[in-house]
This record gives sequence, structure tokens and C-alpha cells, in this order.
Amino acid sequence: MDLNYSAQESAFRDEVRAFVRARLPHEISRKVLEHKRLDRDDYLRWQKILHAQGWMAPNWPVEHGGAGWNAVQQHIFDEECAEAGAPRIIPFGVNMVGPVIIAFGNAWQKQHYLPRILSSEDWWCQGYSEPGAGSDLASLKTRAERQGERYVVNGQKTWTTLAQYADMIFCLVRTASTGKRQEGISFLLIDMSTPGVTVRPIITLDGEHEVNEVWFEDVEVPAQNLVGEEGRGWTYAKFLLAHERSGIAGVGASKRELRMLKYIASQERRNGRPLIEDPRFRDRIARVEIDLMALEITNLRLLAAEREGRAPGAEVSMLKIKGTDIQQALTELMMDAIGPYALPHLPDAWGNHWLGEHVGPDYAAPLAARYFNYRKVSIYGGSNEIQRNIVAQHILGL
Amino acid sequence: MDFSYSEEQLLLRDAIDKFLQKNYAFEQRREIIQSREGMSAAVWEGFASLGLHGVPVPEAFGGFGGGGVDVMLVMEALGRALVVEPYLSSVIMAGYTIALGGSDAQRSILLPRIADGSMKFAFGHSEPGSRYELDRVRTTARQEGGMWIIDGAKSVMMHGGLADLLIVSARTSGEADSPQGISLFFVNPAEQGVMGREYPTYDGMRAAEVTFDNVTISPESIIGVLDGGYALLEAVTDRGIAAVCAEAVGCMDAVKDATLEYLKTRQQFGVPIGKFQALQHRLVDMLIQTEQARSMAMLAAVKVDSPDVAERRRCVAAAKELIGRAGRFVGQQAIQLHGGMGMTDELPLGHYVKRLAAIETLFGDGDMQLDRFAATQVAAAEAPLRKAAKKWKNLV
Repeated sequence: MDLNYSAQESAFRDEVRAFVRARLPHEISRKVLEHKRLDRDDYLRWQKILHAQGWMAPNWPVEHGGAGWNAVQQHIFDEECAEAGAPRIIPFGVNMVGPVIIAFGNAWQKQHYLPRILSSEDWWCQGYSEPGAGSDLASLKTRAERQGERYVVNGQKTWTTLAQYADMIFCLVRTASTGKRQEGISFLLIDMSTPGVTVRPIITLDGEHEVNEVWFEDVEVPAQNLVGEEGRGWTYAKFLLAHERSGIAGVGASKRELRMLKYIASQERRNGRPLIEDPRFRDRIARVEIDLMALEITNLRLLAAEREGRAPGAEVSMLKIKGTDIQQALTELMMDAIGPYALPHLPDAWGNHWLGEHVGPDYAAPLAARYFNYRKVSIYGGSNEIQRNIVAQHILGL
Repeated sequence: MDFSYSEEQLLLRDAIDKFLQKNYAFEQRREIIQSREGMSAAVWEGFASLGLHGVPVPEAFGGFGGGGVDVMLVMEALGRALVVEPYLSSVIMAGYTIALGGSDAQRSILLPRIADGSMKFAFGHSEPGSRYELDRVRTTARQEGGMWIIDGAKSVMMHGGLADLLIVSARTSGEADSPQGISLFFVNPAEQGVMGREYPTYDGMRAAEVTFDNVTISPESIIGVLDGGYALLEAVTDRGIAAVCAEAVGCMDAVKDATLEYLKTRQQFGVPIGKFQALQHRLVDMLIQTEQARSMAMLAAVKVDSPDVAERRRCVAAAKELIGRAGRFVGQQAIQLHGGMGMTDELPLGHYVKRLAAIETLFGDGDMQLDRFAATQVAAAEAPLRKAAKKWKNLV
């Protein structure tokens, strides 16, 4: 038993660290570290830097332009980027639809879409959830009717993250309403600029515009945009899920946030002493830190198994549950740390070009909104209750 | 990075599991607990012939000089079978005390006797009023005519009643709560002035209250450096913590497996109760806690060998804190999921839950470990914290 990275893995970490240090733009990492709002160009700028280095797709095979890294290397890369304050790579293209196209797409889709994902020419979003199909995704109703060489799509998707920036959407659509529900679902790639596609913002409780409704009214989609076979969409969606969840523990980002929390707690005061020395608050931080230490090792155990060729199954659900618990606890502690300065609501203060004066400490403004925003993490990507169902079924056999 | 046991380690684990399956069924365990001695000489000899007693003993003295990972493997197996024999006190605690701190003479005389199982030891540190504090020692040792005279009292000394030799911490100088001035001694319980009262503990083991009244022992009885016993005491205690962390993981595995089996077989409303989501989710949370605990037991097992004392302390304390929480959670949920049956003495379940509760107490509970962790955290985090502060100051 040896919990240390190998010499090659350590060398790889050094290489990634040196690259990130040299190439991650300061204005961007500053926004991430200070919880400022990132705009479309911030994400694209970083993704293009990664693309120029050939590192945009850590999980893709080399022949499709990926880095071809193994699970441990991908983790090291994620961790180094997150700790340095790099924006997350928008996952919908490279981590979600990309692997599906590589595995099941036709020659044209591979040739056309994969390079555009790597270069960030297309911003993708995900059309899964519907108003009546959340956790019970298979009950989705958006219809795609085959008419000659095209599909005609009608229906509505919801909770579509950053659809306001998207060029493309991958959708689960119903192509048959007979037989088993899952067997009537197909996987369709739709250009967001097609007539009949409408995006409407949903403002969340933190006041932000991150998610949307996407409406389809007689939207015509070329039949060549069907992935794989008609009626096999559910299988592809399950395949996608496995890719979506790599890195789901969020260990690197949580380590970064823990550091920030300790910094804030060392600046704030209680009973005339730094808050971090207050036994009650100190213990709350310590418990989260200990949970995170354990999660890091649990995550590495799964990665080491994956590196040896044993792909993780439902174990990943455990990482999602525990990882999101910790992410939420950290946002909660940061908000609690600033005390009454959590209350002022000045959304412009965490946007671009804010020249105004802060109320309270510089770091305080976004923390309450972030706490509210992070309630989402135990809901998205399969709610934590659904994750528990998955573990109960696939690991415990209940 | 490698989270697996070596082939030799796996062979040893299989041998232990086979031995325990044959010799340590739950009814056999019950008989051992009810016996006069509270342990089985045959099982003890069986452990010796498997080589388990040689884990902390260097090869030169008849052992195999194992480290934290070897201890973890053995303790996990003992936890699964809920072994009550004094392996932790006698082999792990005493073995490492002598191996790490003993004189050449002590090592060459005593270590072979640990390795072959012919001598049993108990480790006496806690005192009335000292709770879990390692530096609060009021038992005294003073020199008189070339001999050491011990006075004082030790409380809840695990397996104190069956030991051939006690290891006792005593104050040789300094204030009652100073880490300086503590020394460790061997005391023969048969010496005049040693009085003991043995009693059962709720987890099927035995402990003793032991008093020392003008007990005269030889000058060779001191272990390690005069006045400098604290570092050894802490190092050995950390070994003990890492060991019970692994034992707890073994217990949690057994509890989780038994609960899963119960959920699959127990029928209510015409279906196995494992069909109910409210119960499924509890069991999933037990599984998550057990895996988190296993990760921390691994961390403690590896770090307990580390020469970096601050890092060792931080990781061991973190492991104990998390495993205490996890053990309690798993135990409480398991009883709840078993319903009335979980309350019975008949099922092994309750006995696992009791051992998990005892482990939470041994060597300091979660609050105490949190103190240790946070203290090292503040000390260790100071430098990076200053760096971080500087970094963010440049930014804002």
C-alpha cells in the first residue's frame, strides 16, 4: 500500500502546474478565486489556451485530438487547474456529447463536430430535463417526427445550463410512443440557430441567469444529426452519464475553497480573536476538512482501480453525494464566516467592471449568493436521492 | 499510488480469516467472554502460530517487523470477528513501546516473548481525572536507594487483570499536566503494593483499576529516556489509534453486511423491507460512511510510520475523528434497520455496535481528536495561510 503518486505522476503534476502557472490569465483566476461572475469570453479564452496546448480533451483518445490521459492523470490535471483558480471546462461539449459522438456518432458527426468542440467553436448545452421529466427522465415528451430526410421537433426542455451562450444542443427526444418508454427515445443534435428554437431565462434564487427553458416549435433537424440508431438514445444517455461523472467529487475545487474559507476565517473576528481560533467555528472547519481528506482518498482509490482497467460503476454516485455535501458545507461556512456582511445584496459587485465601493470586506459580496446557488449541486446531474437509488440497486442489490 | 495489499499480506489475511471462521464463531466467542479468564489461551496460541504476535517485533527478535499497513490488515480481520483477546494492548501497544523505546536488554528479553505469545502486557496510562489527556500524569516515580518507588492510580486499564507485566506512565518531574517529566516503566503486577480490581467492559473485554502504593521496582524498569517518555507515549498511542481505526472498519463491514442481508430477507407488507426507499437510503449512507472510514484507516496506517510527527498526528487524529463519527452512525442505523431484532443480545449486531462505541472512546473521543487536529492544523497551516493571505491581498 502506498498513497503517494508515482515519480511519473509527480512529474506530470509538475508539468501541468508549470503550464497553468504560466498560461492561466491572472484576470480570470482572480475572478474564480474571488467568486466573481465569469462571462462567456472568460470560459472561451481559457479553453482556447488549453486547446492550443492539446489539453482541451483530457479524456478523449489521441486519434480524435484528445490528450489520451489515464484516469489518474485526468484527476491531477483537474486538481491543478481547480486549485490554481482556472474556470471549469464547460462540460457539455467535451465531457458529455463528445464521448457519445466518438462512441456512437456517424462519420460526418465526428468529422464536423469533434474539431469544433476541441476549438470551442461550438458551445454545447444539454437538453435532457423537461417540466414533467426530472428524476423520471424516461417520461420525457419532446417529440421528433421523421419526415423524409429531416426530423421535426416539438416540445420543451428546461434547466438548460448556459443555453443563452449555446450554439448547439444535444437532446433526448421521443421518436416512438409505443413499447417500453426507454426504447422510444433518440439522441438528436440540434443547431440552436434553427428557426423555432426559443431560449427563455430562468432566474434562480441567487438572482443569477444560469439556467433556461428551451422551446422547440416545428424545428427542422437534418436526419444526419441523429446519433447512432433511432430508439437507442437511452443507452447513449447512460453511457454519457459515466463520462459526466468523472471528476464529480470536485476534490480540487473544494481544496481551493477550503483554503479561501481559512483565509476569510483568519480575517474575520469573534470575541476579539480571529474567527479561525474560535473553538466552535474552528471545529466546523475541521470536520469539513477531515471529510474532504477522506473523500480525496476514496476518490483516489477509485481512480487507481480505473487506471488498472476496472471502470467504476455506481461507486461514482457515492463520490457525487459526498462531494456535493462538502461543496455545500464550504459555501455555508464561508457565508457564516462573514456574519452580517452576508446580507448586503449588490450583484454588480461580483460582475465585470465594478468600480463601486464594497460594503464590508472585499471578499464578502458574492458569498451569500454562492451559498444559495450551491443548493443546486445536490439536485443536478441526478439528485442525491437518485444517486442513493443507484447505489442501492447496483451495489447493494436491493 | 497503490491501495491494495501485497500478495504476502493477502495470504496472511486469508489465513487469519480461515482461522477465525473455524475457531471464533459467535457462540465460541460468547463462551470465551463468559470464561474465568475472559480470553482463550488456544486462540492466543493460534495467533502466535499464524505469526500475528510478531507484527511489531523486528526480525532480529523473532517477529517480522511489520508497519502500519500490516497492523491494519490484522486489526480489520480481528474487527470482523469481534475478537476479545488482548492483541491491541499486549502486542500492538506493548510491542511497539518496547520496539521503539526499549533498551537493548529489554528488547532482547521481552520482544521474543511477545512474538511467541508467552507473555502478556497491559498499557496503563489513563488516571482518574485525566480523561484522554496524554500529558496529565499524577502517578509518581521517585528514586530511592537506587530503586524506583511508584505511587498512584491508573484507571480503565484494558486487560490489566491478565497481564504478566504492566507498562505504566509516571511523573518523574514537572507539573501534573506537563508533557515534560513523564517516564514509562515496567511494573510487575505481583509486586507488593500493586492492587487491582478487574471488571468486564460492555464490549466483552476486561479492564482494571490499578493502584500503586509504594511499589518498589528495579532501576532497569524504566523504558526509554528519563523525563522524556511523552514522545514515546504519543507515538505508541497513535499506533493504537491507527489499529482501532482498522478494527472499526472491520466491524462496520460486518454490520453493513448483516444489515444488507436482513433487508433482503425480512418481509413486511408482503415484500422484503429492502424494497422500501427510506430504508435503502439509510443503508447507502452506511456504505458511504464505511468507505470514507476505510480511506481514513488507510491514511492512518500509512502515516503512523511517518517520521514527520506533525503530519502523523494530524492524519491519525483526523482518522479517529471521522471513524468515531462513522462508527456511531453505522451502528445506530443498523440497529434501527433491524428493528426489534437489533435490540437483542442474541444477534451479533449489538455486540459489533458496542465494540464500535468502545472504539470511539479509546485513546480519545472525537472532540479530543478534533482538538488535536485543529491544533496541528493551525500550526501547520500558518505558513501556507500567510502565503495565501499575501496572495489574496495582492489580488484584492
